Amino acid sequence: MAMDEGFVELRGIASRYGSTQVLNDINLSIAKGEFVALLGSSGCGKTTLLRLLAGFQTASAGEVMVRRRNMTAEPPHKRGMALVFQSYALWPHMTVAQNIGYGLKLRGAPRSKIAERVSAMQALLGLQGLEARKPSALSGGQRQRVALGRALAIDPEILLLDEPLSNLDARIRLTVRHELRALQKRLGITAVHVTHDREEAMVMADRIVILDAGRIAQAGTPEEVYNRPASAFVAAFMGAENVVPLSGTVDGEAFVIAEGPVNAAGSVALMARPLSTGSVEARFRPEAARLAPAGDVMAPGTGITFRGEVLAVSYPGGHWRHVVRLGDREIMADADRAFAPGDAVAVHVPAEALFLFSSPHQAAGSTNSRAMTSGKVSA
Amino acid sequence: MMRNISFGGGAWSTLWWIPRGIIFGLLAFFIFGPLFNLVLWTVAEKWYFPHSLPLQYGFSYWEKVFAPRGGAIESLTNSLIVAVLTVVVSLLLAIPTGYALARLKLPFRSLILLAFLIPQAFPNLTVYVNIARIFYEIGLNGTVPGVVLVHVSHGLVYAVWIATAAFSAVDPELEQAARNIGAAPMRAFFDVTLPLAAPGLMASAIFVFLESLDEFTGSYFVGAPDVNMLPLLLYTAGSGGNYQIASITALLLLVPSLIFMMVVERFLKADVLSKVGH
Repeated sequence: MAMDEGFVELRGIASRYGSTQVLNDINLSIAKGEFVALLGSSGCGKTTLLRLLAGFQTASAGEVMVRRRNMTAEPPHKRGMALVFQSYALWPHMTVAQNIGYGLKLRGAPRSKIAERVSAMQALLGLQGLEARKPSALSGGQRQRVALGRALAIDPEILLLDEPLSNLDARIRLTVRHELRALQKRLGITAVHVTHDREEAMVMADRIVILDAGRIAQAGTPEEVYNRPASAFVAAFMGAENVVPLSGTVDGEAFVIAEGPVNAAGSVALMARPLSTGSVEARFRPEAARLAPAGDVMAPGTGITFRGEVLAVSYPGGHWRHVVRLGDREIMADADRAFAPGDAVAVHVPAEALFLFSSPHQAAGSTNSRAMTSGKVSA
Repeated sequence: MMRNISFGGGAWSTLWWIPRGIIFGLLAFFIFGPLFNLVLWTVAEKWYFPHSLPLQYGFSYWEKVFAPRGGAIESLTNSLIVAVLTVVVSLLLAIPTGYALARLKLPFRSLILLAFLIPQAFPNLTVYVNIARIFYEIGLNGTVPGVVLVHVSHGLVYAVWIATAAFSAVDPELEQAARNIGAAPMRAFFDVTLPLAAPGLMASAIFVFLESLDEFTGSYFVGAPDVNMLPLLLYTAGSGGNYQIASITALLLLVPSLIFMMVVERFLKADVLSKVGH
């Protein structure tokens, strides 16, 4: 593994479109055979980064290295990276076989070898019998596989995937995820996959790189970004959408949360988090919360307990989802049983599922502080 | 109740053919009436007022037109040679121009597109008299290349505009996909973009061909009397009161138009047409 470290390396990549900075200070090292997902909402620069890797866009600063060779100025056709386009970009005037075989034809492979490789790709991707069809006569799933076959036929060292699953319908998408991942592992290809689908990234990738406004917000294994989000943005993006402002003090290896208007005092281990004494933003997922009738004695261990009132309850499947009012804000919390609207409840969030972030500028700009202010005014 | 409705519908549909028939009949008359008259003239040996049909039919005028001294064969050959050369030169210019206008971020793009319209924006006569004067000085007057150049300047607006539209209609990602898989820029262009733009380019070629075929003013000033073209023959015959020869020439000019209609209908896709001039 160590030898393959830094197979693909991005150093200080920046990109601007007109006066807008699309990418900023991107540093990323990808190992050989690694599956990396670039995750972010639309406009975060993930597609720009992929196109930059493929050579369709030039960086305004920084370097793209592959095997320690500087690729920054190489034209797209000399990069040896195969891109699967979101639109698939299959050539409508060529048959399936011609589409898949085109890369080899460019490399001057003999006809027999091309035919052999094309049928191998067809067998690999389940496209047997379709070689004479034009792309317009294929289903969405088949097109996607032809696009993949065309990319894989040239035996690329690096496979770039630009939301290749987003045009498939939901049920096919789930199976294709696993197929694609299994294929990538089997062939040992290094893959960079752009997606805005958190679950897709979690299921497929070895490592997730979360982009926010052109910068890397966090890079880590799915488990790391899910359980130890580095910033409020990452936490929110990974589904921890409940936000409660708290305040507390750093006390040795623990962060002691002061009793507030909606919460009891509590304490969580610091675990090397860069928290400082003062106000913090607490985030947690609905499924991480535990609901109990108010006044019930919970054996909470570490963590925090909020006091609230159930506003609404619904059953999305598997558990009951409650909208709970905590003071002047609302959160979501799941429970195995339904609480009736109007019930006073205690919401407990265990320490390991409670994400705390020091509020950057105390009250500056964040939505929650505004909610607080308006709440106070109306109250 | 049901029976009533279906009966009413039936009555309506049995009567519907009457207004439809009248409309289509009138339409057919206005389109095919003059054409029929034209065809009739080509085979009329004797036809004068007040007779509504020719008094005598025959092919003697066809023989006259296609006789070696009738000049029709020479004019037809000249017209076809000039038209084909015009198409070739126009496309050679329009393909790179259209591609550049469709794909590259050019400053003053719409101004450049508009510039190709300029030869059409001024009275033809003024333009071609001046061209004839210049061509005369450099020895291009009365030569096939001279006439071709005039026709190219005239046809380029169609060629460039339609080529631009044809290239715009090709998704740039298709070309990028070829580049990504290992094709150098030229290779990607010839393997992907050009074949996909071909129907549009074909249509522009046909436009230019037809424009060249019945272009009169330029051919007259630059070509005649050394290079005689079909429209010139038509003009001479028509102004001499020889309706038979004029009709036969007109019919000859009509054939490519009809073929053109059928080809365009087959090749030109709506998405290309919608991008013309953008």
